[in-house]
Amino acid sequence: MSAPARDREPGGVAPGVKARGSAQGTPPIDGLAQAYLTPARVATTLAILAAILIAVAIVAAAFGSVHISLIRAIADRASADHAILFGVRMPRVVLGAIVGAVLAAVGAALQALVRNPLAEGGILGISGGGAFGAIVAMVIFSRLGGADAMVPLCAFGAALLSTLAVYRLALVDGRLEPFTLLLVGVIFNSFWGAAIMLVNSVVNFYFTHSIIFWLMGSFEAPTWREVAMVAVLGGAGCAVLMTRARDLNLLSLGDDEAAELGVEVDALRRTIFAVTSIMIGAAVSVSGIISFVGLIVPHILRVTLGADHRLLIPASILGGAAFTVAADLVARVAIAPAELPVGAITALCGGPFFIYVLRREGRKALAS
Amino acid sequence: MKPDAMTAGAGDERLGAAECAAGSVALRAINLTAGYGARTVLREVSIDVRHGELLAIVGPNGAGKSTLLKILGGALAPWRGTVELEGLPLGGYDRRAIARRLAMVAQENPVAFRFTVLEIVLMGRAPHLGAFHFETRHDLEIARAALERFDLLALAARPIQELSGGERKRVFLARALAQAPRVALLDEPAAFLDLRHVAEIFGRFRELCGERGLAVAATLHDLNAAAMYADRVLLLKDGAAAGYGAPAEVFTADNLRAVYETQVYVGRNPVNGAVMVLPGNPIGARERVA
Repeated sequence: MSAPARDREPGGVAPGVKARGSAQGTPPIDGLAQAYLTPARVATTLAILAAILIAVAIVAAAFGSVHISLIRAIADRASADHAILFGVRMPRVVLGAIVGAVLAAVGAALQALVRNPLAEGGILGISGGGAFGAIVAMVIFSRLGGADAMVPLCAFGAALLSTLAVYRLALVDGRLEPFTLLLVGVIFNSFWGAAIMLVNSVVNFYFTHSIIFWLMGSFEAPTWREVAMVAVLGGAGCAVLMTRARDLNLLSLGDDEAAELGVEVDALRRTIFAVTSIMIGAAVSVSGIISFVGLIVPHILRVTLGADHRLLIPASILGGAAFTVAADLVARVAIAPAELPVGAITALCGGPFFIYVLRREGRKALAS
Repeated sequence: MKPDAMTAGAGDERLGAAECAAGSVALRAINLTAGYGARTVLREVSIDVRHGELLAIVGPNGAGKSTLLKILGGALAPWRGTVELEGLPLGGYDRRAIARRLAMVAQENPVAFRFTVLEIVLMGRAPHLGAFHFETRHDLEIARAALERFDLLALAARPIQELSGGERKRVFLARALAQAPRVALLDEPAAFLDLRHVAEIFGRFRELCGERGLAVAATLHDLNAAAMYADRVLLLKDGAAAGYGAPAEVFTADNLRAVYETQVYVGRNPVNGAVMVLPGNPIGARERVA
């Protein structure tokens, strides 16, 4: 036993500690405030991340391929600056923030569900499935009408089917094999990519731009209606994920162990799959495949903030939003006036990052 | 109505020795038959796990010890037979209600992410907390007491991955204790532990049996540990009970020879007079000259 522990009264808290603890309302285990999650730490951390997000969003709205004056944009409603800020940049920044939040929250939840830090919507082929569904719906319903509703619906349906297929195929004797899961996901990802290229080669040239847009991922010129759709579905999804945060913590101990601590594991798994598929479907149908946000953001936050999902999921929401808005800013200004697809930026960061996490954490995760 | 609704609440875990009257039946298994696929692993096993008692489940590898423990904890459904937790069938409780009464510690305890020792132990409080509640001071006191009992306070802030196998095992025993259960099911709690910690762990669980009438069932490989610390033992062979009762009655040379299919020597251990078992087959043993 440790020396400090010996000094305490048997079976209790050292008197000085107890008095100090209760006087200041601090927790009763001295010096261990960082060893577990307190509501105060959640509040502070989220406040800091929210401040970062707001700062990034202001910078992203102020800068772009054209120089505008924020003051004139707000003061003069008839100016070009006003039109650029509110008609072009704001919807784009808001969409980037929402999609980034959705992707990072989904990444954090999926990683907990499959107990693997390398899981992510893009890597597991869920985004690819969603994009394929969106493209097929766009091609079919652009003639029949109703594409606005059918594109996100088909994106969600295809994302869900893709999730279930990947999950089923990765089950070996009823147990989830992390390594098989990643392989199956990566294969699905390229399969969907090939299927999209196939559709691209047989349809009218008119669709090609949209298809490439979905493959690369971009926040180019969204309508407020699209932004609202992703905001509602993504927001609801994030809320559901947060209510499952503690259960996801328990799932880190294993399916049986989580069940023995009161978690209805099958119900939890179904909920997370359905919710993340809806979220990915909504995001993909508006902005295409944006990979690796769901890998990079939760990983960095987990290393700095700890593993507790009650903090990790809301932190990923804010961090994912800030990261994606920043990535989109780079996409807009890097080779201005031309523009890079934001999906290319995140993938360029994400590929090396994936290898880094695989080398550092993957071996341990795959071994256990 | 499920019992959860009637007895849920923060006071649940404070039910002390009075509620858990020593000797009363905590967990009763009646004629359990179970298996995997077409393979029968357990045949017509009936046991009682009583409050204030430590029951050891022993037997050769593959005798069905872990399977029995899983069924007792509700993690595996038997083909036939029932398990009753404090008089009610396990199926009559919801998962959280079971988790407030019964804690299980598996043989191996992998953890996916870098949770700290304290966070792992606090997870034991989950069945007592609402979905949006953070752990209260009360929960922290319980976690601290559990850490202290298993000699882990100095490790509380360390990530679980940095601990040795034995330390890790103790963390999960402490987590089970933080659950404030009335029944604890332990799968090979002594595996990976050194001599001192084997003795301490059984000592801790014996204390808990005495203090709050905890009912403990543990699978064990080590017959001598079973003889020394258990009130009663269940000896399994090929999924069927080959003996059930006080260690001295069950661990006879004839019984053990039949179950383990090897020669055994049964004597008395000089410390507390408990039964002591040694492999009695001289082949391969080193010759000793007094």
